[in-house]
Amino acid sequence: MLKDQDRIFKNLYNDMGSDVASSQKRGDWINTKEITDKGRDWIINEIKVSQLRGRGGAGFPTGLKWSFAPKEVGSRPHYLVINGDESEPGTCKDRDILRFEPHKLIEGCLIASYAVQAHVCYIYIRGEYFVEGQKLQSAIDEAYEKKLLGENAAGTGWDLDIYIHYGAGAYICGEETALLESIEGKKGQPRLKPPFPALIGLYGCPTIINNVETIAVVPTILRKGGKWFASLGREKNTGTKIFCISGNVNTPCNVEEEMNIPLKELIEVHAGGVIGGWDNLQAVIPGGSSMPLIPKEKCETLTMDFDSLMAEKSGLGTAGIVVINKDQDIIKCMARIARFYKHESCGQCTPCREGSGWMWRMLERMANGDATKDEVDMLGDVTNQIAGHTICAFGEGSSWPVQGLLRHFKKEIEKRNNLDPIVQKKNNIPYLVDQHLLDKKNA
Amino acid sequence: MSLRRPAKNQPENFEFNSSSLSAANKIVSKYPKGKQQSAVMALLYIAQRQNANWIPLAAMKYIAKFLDMPYIKVYEVATFYTMYNLSPVGKYFIQVCTTTPCMIRGASKLVEACKEKISENECELSSDKSCSWMEVECLGACVNAPMMQINDEYYEDLDKEKTLKILNQILKGETPKPGSYRGRINNEPENNRKTLMDYKNA
Repeated sequence: MLKDQDRIFKNLYNDMGSDVASSQKRGDWINTKEITDKGRDWIINEIKVSQLRGRGGAGFPTGLKWSFAPKEVGSRPHYLVINGDESEPGTCKDRDILRFEPHKLIEGCLIASYAVQAHVCYIYIRGEYFVEGQKLQSAIDEAYEKKLLGENAAGTGWDLDIYIHYGAGAYICGEETALLESIEGKKGQPRLKPPFPALIGLYGCPTIINNVETIAVVPTILRKGGKWFASLGREKNTGTKIFCISGNVNTPCNVEEEMNIPLKELIEVHAGGVIGGWDNLQAVIPGGSSMPLIPKEKCETLTMDFDSLMAEKSGLGTAGIVVINKDQDIIKCMARIARFYKHESCGQCTPCREGSGWMWRMLERMANGDATKDEVDMLGDVTNQIAGHTICAFGEGSSWPVQGLLRHFKKEIEKRNNLDPIVQKKNNIPYLVDQHLLDKKNA
Repeated sequence: MSLRRPAKNQPENFEFNSSSLSAANKIVSKYPKGKQQSAVMALLYIAQRQNANWIPLAAMKYIAKFLDMPYIKVYEVATFYTMYNLSPVGKYFIQVCTTTPCMIRGASKLVEACKEKISENECELSSDKSCSWMEVECLGACVNAPMMQINDEYYEDLDKEKTLKILNQILKGETPKPGSYRGRINNEPENNRKTLMDYKNA
C-alpha cells in the first residue's frame, strides 16, 4: 500500500477542512513564487520528467500538451480551461477534489496558467455539482481576498482570474471541444480536430484543457520533484491516482493509490471485498462505463494502469471501477449503459445518434431473451459501424462496452437468445426502426 | 439523443427581477467583451430559478435580447441541455440516478418509493403539486450509490425505507438533511479505512 506521506490528496475525506489556512498546513500555497521563479521551461520540463499523464481518461502526457501552447503570446490571448464535467458512470473523483481540496486545484491553475501564459482560466463544472461548485467558488473568493489570485497572484508577478462555468447535464461536454463550444454559449457538439485547441480553442485562441485531477497534482509534483512522482508506479504509468470503487463491494469508496496497483488489492483491501466473496465476482468495469469490462478470471492478476489495461483490450479511463457480482444480470447491466449512451449522444454524427439507440434496443431484447440468433453478430456489426466513424471519441466510448460484453459473454447471450427467425415467424423483430419513432411516447 | 419539447401552456411575458438582473450582469462580466453569448447557460439557470424551476419560451426570448443573440440560438441551448426544465416541475424536484453503478445497488427501489409517494409516472406533479420526480443518468456520486438529487442537494447511500422517509419529510414541507444516509463520512470506506489514519485521528 502507498505510504501516507506519498499521498497527494491528504484531505480526501475532509478530515481537516478546505480553507486556505488548513490547506497551507498541508503544504499548498507555501512557496508558489519559488516555483514560478524557476521559469516556464523548468516547470514544463519537470512535468515531462514526472511522466504525468492526463487523468481525464485519454492519458495524454501533460507536459507534452503544455509544450504545444505557442511560446510567444501573439494577438490572441491564451486560455486555460479545467474540465470538471465529470459524468462518466463510475467516476466521482473530481467531486471530492472540488469540495475538499479546492486550493490544490486553484494553485495548480495558477502554475499551469503561468506555464502556458494564460491570464484567464475557466473551470467547467457539471451543473449537477452545484453545491461543489459553490464550495469551489468560496475557495476562489478566499484566494482573491488573500491575494493568491487576481493581480500579481501569490506574489508571482503573474495576473490570473479564475471563473467557474456550470454545465447543464450534458455528458458530451466532457469532450474537450464540446466543452469549448459549451463555454462559448452553444450546444455542446464536438469540433473536428485538427485544428487542435492548443492553437485554435476557446474563442479561436490558443487553449490548454486539462482535467481537474491532473491540474490538482501539479503543485505537489513541482514541490517534491518530477523524479519523486516518476518513482511511483511504473515506467510511463507513474504517480498516484484516485480510484473510485463502486458497485457490488462491501465498502465502496474513493482512495488514492499508486498506479499499477493490483485490482484485487483495491477491491479486497480498500473496498472490503466483493459482496458474496471473491468467488461471487462476475466482471469488473475498470475505468468508467466506456471501458470494456474484464471477466473474473483476468481480475485475479490484473494491475491498474494505462498500459496493462490496454494490453487486456480495455483501458484505465478515469479509474472508476464498477464491480459487478454474480447476482447481477450482466446483459441487463450493459443494456443500461447502452441506454445511457443513447440518452447522451449529442446527435451530430448519424452513426452515433442512431447506432447508440440500436445497440440499446438490441441489448434490451437480448436481456429479455427476445432476440434471434443472428442478432448477436449483427450487434457486433453495429458497434463496428459506430466506432471510428464519428467526430469525437463518443462513438468508441459507446461501442466499446458492448464489444467487451460480446468478447467475454457471447455464450451467455447466445444461450438466452436462440430464437430462429425462419422457424418462428410470429416474432415481430423491430431492428430497423427509426429511433425517434420509438421515442415519441416518452418524450 | 434525448427528445425534449417546451410546455404547451406558456406565460406571455418574462422579465428578470432586480436580483436576477444584477446576478446576470455580474456573469456577463466574466467573459471577454463581445463574447457575452457565453453567459447564456448561466442566464438560463437564473431564469429557471426565478420562474419556479422551469424556463418558459418568453424567458428564452428575453435572454436572447439581453445578450444580443438570435432567439433560435438560445432555444437550441435550452433544448440541448437536459438540466433546463422546459415545463413546470415541482417545488421539490427529485432526480433518481438509475445508471448501472446505482442500478446494481438497487436504484429501482428508489424509483418504487417515488412512484408510491409522489406520482405513478415520471415528470408528473404529486397530488399536492409540490413534488415531481424523474429518472436521470449518472449524477457522479457512484461510490455513494444508490442516490438521488432533490433540487441542488445530493442524498446518498439510500434504500427504499430511507427514501420513503425523505419523501415523507419533503411532502410535509421540511428540508431533509443532505449527504450520506448510512452515516459515513464523505467517500471514505465505511468502517474500513486504511489510509490517512493519522489525519483521521488528528
